[in-house]
Amino acid sequence: MAIPFSWQLINLLAALLLLIAFAMLAQRRVTALIGLYAGQGLVLAASTAAMARISGLPHLYVSAALTLALKVFALPWLLHRVIRRLEIRWEVEPLINIPATMLVGIGLVIFAFNLAEPISQMASPITRSTLGIATASVLLAFLMMITRRKAVTQVIAFLAMENGLFFAATSATRGMPLVVELGIALDVLVGALIFGIFFFHIRETFDSLDIHHMEKLKEH
Amino acid sequence: MEIFLLLGLPLAGGLALAVTGARHRAAEINVAFSFATLIAAALVTARVLREGPFTTWRELFFVDPFNAFLVALTAFVGFTTSLFSRPYMRIEAHHGRVNPARLRLYHAMFQVFMFTMLLALTTNNMGILWVAMEAATLATVLLVSLYRTPESLEAAWKYFILCGVGIAQALFGTILLYFAAGELHGAEGTSALQWTHLNEIKATLQPTVLSIAFVFLLVGYGTKVGLAPLHNWLPDAHAEGPTPVSAVLSGLLLNVALYAVVRCKVLVQGATHSDFASHLLMGFGLLSAVVAAFLLWRQRDIKRLFAYSSIEHMGIITFAFGMGGPVANFAALLHMTVHSLTKSAIFFTVGHAAQKAGTQIMAEIRGLLTISPSIGWGLMIGTLAILGLPPFGVFASEFLVLTTAMREQPWATPILLLALGVAFAAIFGRVQHMVFGETNLQRLPQSPSLWPVFTHLALVLILGVAIPGALAQWYRLAAALIG
Repeated sequence: MAIPFSWQLINLLAALLLLIAFAMLAQRRVTALIGLYAGQGLVLAASTAAMARISGLPHLYVSAALTLALKVFALPWLLHRVIRRLEIRWEVEPLINIPATMLVGIGLVIFAFNLAEPISQMASPITRSTLGIATASVLLAFLMMITRRKAVTQVIAFLAMENGLFFAATSATRGMPLVVELGIALDVLVGALIFGIFFFHIRETFDSLDIHHMEKLKEH
Repeated sequence: MEIFLLLGLPLAGGLALAVTGARHRAAEINVAFSFATLIAAALVTARVLREGPFTTWRELFFVDPFNAFLVALTAFVGFTTSLFSRPYMRIEAHHGRVNPARLRLYHAMFQVFMFTMLLALTTNNMGILWVAMEAATLATVLLVSLYRTPESLEAAWKYFILCGVGIAQALFGTILLYFAAGELHGAEGTSALQWTHLNEIKATLQPTVLSIAFVFLLVGYGTKVGLAPLHNWLPDAHAEGPTPVSAVLSGLLLNVALYAVVRCKVLVQGATHSDFASHLLMGFGLLSAVVAAFLLWRQRDIKRLFAYSSIEHMGIITFAFGMGGPVANFAALLHMTVHSLTKSAIFFTVGHAAQKAGTQIMAEIRGLLTISPSIGWGLMIGTLAILGLPPFGVFASEFLVLTTAMREQPWATPILLLALGVAFAAIFGRVQHMVFGETNLQRLPQSPSLWPVFTHLALVLILGVAIPGALAQWYRLAAALIG
């Protein structure tokens, strides 16, 4: 049976999403990370639009447009502005070296596919592989969050995690109801703004954006 | 209409306070809006008592006895906290710890925080529930770092990241829930996330998907409840933020997060026809109670001490909801109420005690009774109440939890008793040293508002001695709904 073009497109985009998640894991320069994040947003917007075409649900076009505006333009612009104002260019050595992180990442992908297996069995043929990929990109973002020291990288990891979740929502369930998606988008935007404010407070107080300065509150 | 008032008032209050700023009436405006919200909550409650569960606004909102009592409790504690915060924040400003800009942020965010909690409680949509819980984190994160000390920034960062990651898991769980109802069951659009609709079809939902979804939902919302091992953010956020924020975090936010967990549990239990969800809740509950009880011994900071006590109590309530059945659910609902009232009362007294001592380190707070008998007695009585001594309400609910556990889950009883005993010894000794003996404390520039403390404690006493018949009936209805 020939697989329709749009299904192939969604699978291609899903693979791209996973590839970008790995690239982010390997990337040490902050500006390049933001570029990758914007790229992930673009892939996400494209896959949402493709899904909207297949399913014929008009509200998916809205959420594709929203993704494009928020994740490709607004948030990367905001992050660029913050790092320019704070003059951060390079990420220091991550806690675990990059090749080791990549190996752990591969393990996570296998784990994610196994986890998604029972659910994928029930899904329609389009969503069978995408749910595993979505879970994998969430886990990879999580890995990035715990292996990086800088506040900015942690935030990008946090946003990438949200991308993975959003992909799970559009690919497995053809998007959440519009009111929920608007709410999630609002939360992400406000969250990113608060992160931005936070960077300045942290910088002001610690004179650095390195998280390991913040280890005073240990159990006594 | 009542719902519109209930949600509109705090939102309008937040906007008004953000616009008017920190003129000297800001605290009074905060109190006025909180009081109006309390009246709206009373109207909602009255309607539920009159008509039973109802949905409004194209089924976007849903109120039944279970969430109506939490709405009433949230609005009430929100109001008394706003009363307490008026003199408290004035003293903080006098001590130079906050400036007008931060006071403005504080007042506006307090109202927005109330709005997000009430939205989480009344919404019928599991997706909106998630959005509201995340918004509650966002509203409080800048309050935790209000003092801009290195410790408070660290606490807020930890709170933000941990709860953010946690709540992301809950979103994944919600997506799976939507998948089970929408893709597999054919429910259309918004109705596939509506709790009332899901509750009707729960027996036909796919059990495997719902089990996986519940694990994610429990981990996600459980992070906000402060269940071990995801409790790390909680003591820091409680200790470093302003005391009114600690009081509402401990007394209200934890309840709201637990409410979300229980709503999910009802659906999952209906779908899986097994004890899977119950066992998870019991396990996490017991683990949290025991871990928190032992960590209590290592605390030197008074607000951290009571934050760990909150984790312990949340563990007990989670365990009770896990056991299920009319008696255990009744006990859990009662314990939610009395814990919330008692713990916020304790934080009110602790806040003023720390202001008098100029520190939160317990070893440096001595002889509260000599300098200020009302704060000293308030703290002492509150502590006795939270430790579960009769005749207070906490005793009644803990007694019910223990006797039900003996009958239904005998293996858990010694573990529960161990946690309660260890917590008792850890807290009582420390509070005794702070209340009695020679004093080293100073008078405050402004007299504190203490009637919220004694109102809360009086209510806890009434709930312990004799629960009013109507209220007991209400709890029974709510307990039956949870199943």
